[in-house]
Amino acid sequence: MLSISTRLYEQIVAHARKDHPDEACGVLAGPEGSDRPERFIPMENAERSPTFYRFDAKEQLRVWREMDDNGEEPIVIYHSHTATEAYPSRTDISYASEPNAHYVLVSTRDEDTTEFRSYRILDGVVEEEPVAVME
Amino acid sequence: MAIEVRIPTILRTYTDGAKQVEGTGSTLGEVFADLETRHTGLSARLIDGGALRRFVNVYLNDEDVRFLSSLDTPVKDGDTVTVLPAVAGG
Repeated sequence: MLSISTRLYEQIVAHARKDHPDEACGVLAGPEGSDRPERFIPMENAERSPTFYRFDAKEQLRVWREMDDNGEEPIVIYHSHTATEAYPSRTDISYASEPNAHYVLVSTRDEDTTEFRSYRILDGVVEEEPVAVME
Repeated sequence: MAIEVRIPTILRTYTDGAKQVEGTGSTLGEVFADLETRHTGLSARLIDGGALRRFVNVYLNDEDVRFLSSLDTPVKDGDTVTVLPAVAGG
């Protein structure tokens, strides 16, 4: 299960809405081993595309180093789908490379409601998990 | 010559859980070949058909080696190589 604060939840949704119709992406960092997302880090989508996302390699190095220095790890890796449901695509599954992360998918295809779902992706296997949003 | 190589979580199964390992060589490709002698299987996760895999980012100090000379990039004692999986999808 993914436990996430209302504030972080809303920050992800706002980022996805802002970048629509392009895909938005980013990270929630938290203390290593805690499984507790605490810090919102929106990332540049180097692809600037409605169908693909990729972290900018240079920005990723900076952010990953910063997490390392803080004793943090990526607890959540999120991105948006802007025309399809919030379910990992084949590309999402083949690229998934953080075994400890929750992969959050947000869909902005509907103007009024935002789908927000979370998955574990390990060795090509996708497992959806419940999302608990709390104060 | 010792080059420090930082290993991402997903590849630490090849390094007995170590976050960083040391290798020797005068190019990045030689360092990876040297690591392979002690960490069997690591090289195949980084290199495919003689080139860096597309979904792996490798940095020499602060530079993405794709903007240097990729596997032929010269390295020297005290350099740090960082390997990160690319974060991407559709």
